[in-house]
Amino acid sequence: MTTTFEQTGPRTPVVESIRVDKLSPRSRLAGRARAIIATVLALISLIPVFWIIRTAFIPLNEVTAIPPKIIFTPSLEGLVGLLTDDRILSESALAAKRNDPNLSFVDRVMLNAGREVVGSSPYASQLVNSVVIAGASTILSVFFGLLSAYAFSRFNIPGAGDLLFFILSTRMLPPVVVTIPIFLMYRSLGLHDTHIGLILLYTVFNLSFSVWLLKGFIDEIPREYEEAALVDGYTRLQAFRKIVLPQALTGIAATTVFCLIFAWNEYAFALMLTSQNARTAPPAIPSILGSGGIEWNTIASGVLIFLIPVVIVTFALRKYLLRGVTFGAIRK
Amino acid sequence: MATIELIQVEKKFGANYAVKPMDLTIRDGEFLVLLGPSGCGKTTTLRMISGLESVTAGCIKLNGRDVTWIHPSQRDIAFVFQFFALYPHMTVRDNIAFPLQAQQVPRAEVNRRVDEVVKLLQIEHLLNSRPGALSSGDQQRVSLARALVRRPAAFLMDEPLGALDADYRETMRAEIKRLHIDQHATSVYVTHDQIEAMAMGDRIVVMSAAMVQQVGTPAEVYYDPANLFVARFIGSPGMNLIRGQYEQGQFIFPRGDRYTVPANWRPALDKALNGAGEVILGFRPESGKVEVQQTDNLIKAEVYASDMHGGFSMLHLDVGAPNVVHIRANRDTDFLMGERVHFGLDPAMVRFFHPQSELAIRREEN
Repeated sequence: MTTTFEQTGPRTPVVESIRVDKLSPRSRLAGRARAIIATVLALISLIPVFWIIRTAFIPLNEVTAIPPKIIFTPSLEGLVGLLTDDRILSESALAAKRNDPNLSFVDRVMLNAGREVVGSSPYASQLVNSVVIAGASTILSVFFGLLSAYAFSRFNIPGAGDLLFFILSTRMLPPVVVTIPIFLMYRSLGLHDTHIGLILLYTVFNLSFSVWLLKGFIDEIPREYEEAALVDGYTRLQAFRKIVLPQALTGIAATTVFCLIFAWNEYAFALMLTSQNARTAPPAIPSILGSGGIEWNTIASGVLIFLIPVVIVTFALRKYLLRGVTFGAIRK
Repeated sequence: MATIELIQVEKKFGANYAVKPMDLTIRDGEFLVLLGPSGCGKTTTLRMISGLESVTAGCIKLNGRDVTWIHPSQRDIAFVFQFFALYPHMTVRDNIAFPLQAQQVPRAEVNRRVDEVVKLLQIEHLLNSRPGALSSGDQQRVSLARALVRRPAAFLMDEPLGALDADYRETMRAEIKRLHIDQHATSVYVTHDQIEAMAMGDRIVVMSAAMVQQVGTPAEVYYDPANLFVARFIGSPGMNLIRGQYEQGQFIFPRGDRYTVPANWRPALDKALNGAGEVILGFRPESGKVEVQQTDNLIKAEVYASDMHGGFSMLHLDVGAPNVVHIRANRDTDFLMGERVHFGLDPAMVRFFHPQSELAIRREEN
């Protein structure tokens, strides 16, 4: 019952590697094509932004010129018109005004457009309202979202799945459906046209989003880190602050930007629930129609100024965002 | 430094036991190893001692103080995790200093103790790097340093070598052993690797299916396993176990070979089996000896396979299908497959087990 075995395989040791790690010309070409396509797509999506910038600085009488003007003498007419209340002057009044030696820069800009400044517009204070309301609601929704996401991620909560679904379900109704009931409630609660009213509403709406997003990020942080901190002599809250928080920064940044953009752009509730005191910029911009025809350059200026804060925040948090929005795509 | 007592400690998840009620006393300065296959409850036991997992019943005492419901941070124990759990956003120095900062130790004292412990572990050159940049062995050294710096009452280690590369493992094993002797600290060490357990433990607690199977010194669990599980689990390969008949001082192999059991076993076997019956014979691979010539009390077998292990050869002998026994032989021995051989057993090294209860049959002490 003796069995013999025959040896197969290379008889001499393999001393030279034949593996080729270099990219093939074809895949290098594909990489370049990808970059070109990405650039083209980025340019296409930037066209509206370029157009807004153009329109914001074009004089009113050239806004609707056909064919559209790309090259023109930039003017601050739109910007000044946005921040001031003005009226159209007659030819004779214009001539009289031109000779006035005490004209300010602002007056002069408007005079060139045949207008006279009569006061300041509410846009600046509306922009401040937007900053206050969007900022406060973002901070609140990220703060509370972080706490409850941590609880959902780490503790054994009875019915956690149902609770999470319930939280998410607040997102399932389109806002328009609930505006009327909320309007009625806010009126009787005295929250109509108040900053607190809108802050509260945006916080509630963003909370579902922030809980879900942050829970995903916190789930990714291994529990061992906190456990190590616990046995090292820290309380649960200290461990959260010193260990979880620094590691969740990416998620917090991504959530902040998403919440901020929602609160900043929100239109329907702001239109229904505010009038003068707490009116934010989004419902205010369409109402800048102007006295003599639609002042497109003024509206474009409003949009341009409105875009700037979000761009700044997004830019400041960009290094976290890159990891944040692709989160979940790669498992470690 | 500390004595740890577990009194009827148990852990249930729903209706299932993760750890069945167990009693255990870990002596002051002892290196105790919790050993078992994955899912046997050894890590849960360790986590209950640390307070990271709550007990469902029972009582844990540290130096006589009841700590069953005390927060982990108040227990004065250090925990070393399998995946190190070094805080990735801090430098090595900050990681090691972190437990001291919790106790509000003055800065100068923190620096002094960190320097002391990094010197002990020879990781001075790593102080300013981040954990992510270190090799797995160095990461584990840092996490040991973090545990040591506090001078806790007890060290709990959850498979600290499990995530290391093979070549670091031997080195770190020796380092941990030296550290233990140096610090004389009570240590509880969880592992699934029985070689590690044998090499490091003062005592080993073998666990399986949420139950403690045996508590004993490495020699005890190796030579006198309490039951079939321990016999199989300890050793590589485990103990050879053959089911056969016992009658009149002889063990009958499945194929009919008769093996006369050592005289000092006869009274115990007669008593346990009421004179005759089915029994399981066990012996370690190194207690068998292969002979080519048939002499007295040898068992017939055919060579099934033989492996060269460098220092020795492992022979796999067919003693009647499906029973293959493993016997350690001299490395010069060379047998062909299917060759007929005989093997004898060291009379001091044979063990017997009860086939139903699976428990070891014990000799009366003489």
